[in-house]
Amino acid sequence: MRYLTTIGLEVHVQLKTRSKMFCGCAVEYGAAPNTRTCPVCLGLPGALPTMNAEALRLTTLTGLMLGCDIAPTCKFDRKNYFYPDMPKNYQISQYDLPLCVNGAVPLHDLAYPKDAQKSIAHPGKQVGLVRIHLEEDVAKSFHFENSTGIDFDRAGTPLMEIVTRPEIESPEEAFAFLTALRQILVYGDVSDADMEKGQLRCDCNISVRPETQTEFGAKIEIKNMNSVSGVRRALAYEIERQVGELTAGRPLRQETRRWDDAADQTTLMRTKESAHDYRYFPDPDLMPVHTAPLLDAARTRLPELPAAKRARFVQDYAISDYDAAVLADDRALADYFETAAKAAPKPKSVANWVLNDLLSALASAGKSIGECPFPAASLVEMIGLIDSGKISGKQGKEVFAEMFATGKTAGAVVKERGMEQLSDTSALEALCDQVIAANPKPVADYRGGNAASLNFLKGQVMKLSKGQANPALTGEILQRKLA
Amino acid sequence: MLSTLASLTVTALQAKLRAREVSPREALDALAARIDAVDGRLRGYLSTDLEYARRAAESADVTLPLGGVPIAVKDVVSVAGQPCGCASKILAGYRAPFDATAIARLRAAGAIPFGRTNMDEFAMGSSTENSAFQLTRNPWDLSRVPGGSSGGSAAVVAADTAFAALGTDTGGSIRQPAALCGCVGLKPSYGRVSRYGLVAFASSLDQIGPLTKTVADAALLLGVMAGRDPLDSTSLDAPVPDYAAAVRDFSIKGARIGLPKEYFVSGIDPQVEAAVRAAVAHYAKLGAEIVEVSLPHTEYAVAVYYIIATAEASANLARFDGVRYGHRAADTNGLLEHYGRTRAEGFGPEVKRRIILGTYVLSSGYYDAYYLRAQKVRTLMRQDFEKAFAQCDALICPTSPVPAFKLGERTADPLAMYLADIFTIAANLAGICGVSLPGGFAKAADDGDRELPIGVQLLGPAFAEEKLLGIAHAFEQTTDWHQRRPALG
Repeated sequence: MRYLTTIGLEVHVQLKTRSKMFCGCAVEYGAAPNTRTCPVCLGLPGALPTMNAEALRLTTLTGLMLGCDIAPTCKFDRKNYFYPDMPKNYQISQYDLPLCVNGAVPLHDLAYPKDAQKSIAHPGKQVGLVRIHLEEDVAKSFHFENSTGIDFDRAGTPLMEIVTRPEIESPEEAFAFLTALRQILVYGDVSDADMEKGQLRCDCNISVRPETQTEFGAKIEIKNMNSVSGVRRALAYEIERQVGELTAGRPLRQETRRWDDAADQTTLMRTKESAHDYRYFPDPDLMPVHTAPLLDAARTRLPELPAAKRARFVQDYAISDYDAAVLADDRALADYFETAAKAAPKPKSVANWVLNDLLSALASAGKSIGECPFPAASLVEMIGLIDSGKISGKQGKEVFAEMFATGKTAGAVVKERGMEQLSDTSALEALCDQVIAANPKPVADYRGGNAASLNFLKGQVMKLSKGQANPALTGEILQRKLA
Repeated sequence: MLSTLASLTVTALQAKLRAREVSPREALDALAARIDAVDGRLRGYLSTDLEYARRAAESADVTLPLGGVPIAVKDVVSVAGQPCGCASKILAGYRAPFDATAIARLRAAGAIPFGRTNMDEFAMGSSTENSAFQLTRNPWDLSRVPGGSSGGSAAVVAADTAFAALGTDTGGSIRQPAALCGCVGLKPSYGRVSRYGLVAFASSLDQIGPLTKTVADAALLLGVMAGRDPLDSTSLDAPVPDYAAAVRDFSIKGARIGLPKEYFVSGIDPQVEAAVRAAVAHYAKLGAEIVEVSLPHTEYAVAVYYIIATAEASANLARFDGVRYGHRAADTNGLLEHYGRTRAEGFGPEVKRRIILGTYVLSSGYYDAYYLRAQKVRTLMRQDFEKAFAQCDALICPTSPVPAFKLGERTADPLAMYLADIFTIAANLAGICGVSLPGGFAKAADDGDRELPIGVQLLGPAFAEEKLLGIAHAFEQTTDWHQRRPALG
């Protein structure tokens, strides 16, 4: 029996705002516990929330980037449940009128895990979204031996929740979805979206069913994943576990499970019976939000998206789809490439240098493109020196390494190392005359039809010039003189 | 001398302070002496901070609008450094670490918030008998209630143990006790005064307002407190007129006063109805035009109110869980028992009743039938008022259907207690402004000599406090009900 898998994700994204969602406290991590708090985020009696406009703008921008519909007004609701990490015992969230609905995230090939890129089930797939809404984060609990401490510094920080349709069919697609989403969020400067840092958190809903069955299987929710690869592994584990249960004739029931990354397995958290009735109702402390001004503001900040950039790179710079995808994978890398490509006569060679030499140099130095020791202009200068014959391609590699190590410009490195090629025709002619005179045998061989002898003579000129003779020019002069 | 000083209005006291006839310290001492003499019987105050008040009085700038004027504050409004217990055991030991915006503005105008007045626990009640700590008595008859929930504030103003007090009004909690104690109680329009620092009962209904001896004092205090507050999204960015001047300059001639026919039905004490009808006749004599209007959805007000107010309260009061402040049950085992016992021990029966009711109406499967429907009726009620105010400048009706009732008389029957607010609730649901002013006296049925104050209520359109207070002032200037004082000795 074959089984079909259905996956939907709920992604929580920490927005890049300076202050919290409903008060002026700084969004800052790593400070001493409970030092970034005020009556509002502590939920003290009488304190009232006021809206962080930047959080609304960033969520609107996300909606625009993901092609969502943005309603003319949205509102905030109270989600009621008791827990010590929630200062008011209700969370301000959005229930039936979220800021954004619909939209989709396109999955490009490079977003899939490396080992799965050759076997993509649905190339060019788009994962549809149900909604994007804004809410406040809760505090962080620390469980000690006999007590629990709560740090309210995180309480009230803006959290954007993105909910997908149940359209993801495999752990690899879930991986690709998160990677592609993260890339777009970073492009929009909405979030750094680093899962390891908790800036992007994800709950997965997964069900399996025999392929002969039309209705979805029991929905199992998995919580507590903190890496994209963890999501993939947790889903793979769940599929195997659920199929195993069904195969063994044990029906599945709706439940919530926790992913244990170290043990590489999920464990039961709670069953459906203990589900909450959140008693949502509109928060009377906050006025409905009119989205027109938010849209105006977000439109001015709408970046070129990864897919558009990839297509444009192929078109404008005549590079391959794959090269364009790698370059556009990181917005900063794409910007670096494009600055160089625009200034260079042959963008293709810029792409080659960036993709081959620069990326591997950065990788082995453990640096990001933002930390590249030399600006794009220096790379263009270096490529220009090769193209104009001032240095050889081989020397170029040497110059590149020196530039990367020291941050010096290409010109400075070439000058320091005395690498400039001899392209002065009269000087080269004198050297050629010298070599022709000193090597009668190869000269005769060449004239007798042995073309290879020319290379020997060229080598002699290079030697005489201490490697600085322009090889192409030297060849031409020798040919002319021996004709 | 001292007791006459304590009986001054805020306006009169400020004039004396500014003329240096009296120092802020002398005014405070006179008030403290009056409190000493009377409050033991009245029990309007939960606590006072006279030490702070004396320090503030010594350095008071009497040139400010309220420079050196001590103000009593209902125990639900935050004053930095003072207890803010909402007359509840669950907030035992809690002191507000910040000023409510209304308090900050009063302080900036020179006022001295010095004492916490008793109230129904979390402002839930109409007699102040739901206080977890003490019964406050009506200064006109110590066997009767002062009304509620701002019963302490009304009692201390009526008894001259405060020059003025702050109350809060969610369904009549300023106006009804003002009526029962014979003082002026103003509920501003929703959004006129910031709610920041007011411990929320029902967020879409709550407003802070003054209880005072005269309409002019109410205008003065409102002018100081009103206006947009960036800390309260529901406060409106509307200009704040000079209410005190507007009230002085107001002409009643030609003003149109509406008589809502649904407010003169059976169940009203005949003496109360007679007083209100006399007030109507008085306005006609002053040159106002009297028109009959209709508010057809009035009969649903109490039901709508007890759904919306309790729904909001069930969430607003969730934060009192003993985790970080206030009462915490001892020796509990596990989180659920901690919540359960802390709240069982900390809240009184009326608060529990309303939390349970509010939780119920928001529950899955009931939301549409109760909360959503109540919101729709609320819209209809708001439209009723809009239509009525197209025909008149203000409505006139009783504040309370009855004068002050006996302590304990209604505590056994919550529904009878809820009906104490039938004439006041609609203003909160519609977000309009309202004021209760002394409009006569009733003879107590069981005690022929005993006189009990009757409140006349005026209701005005949202953000039309200028005119509302002007109309109230015209009545007050031509009657002497507000000048009578209870015989407390």
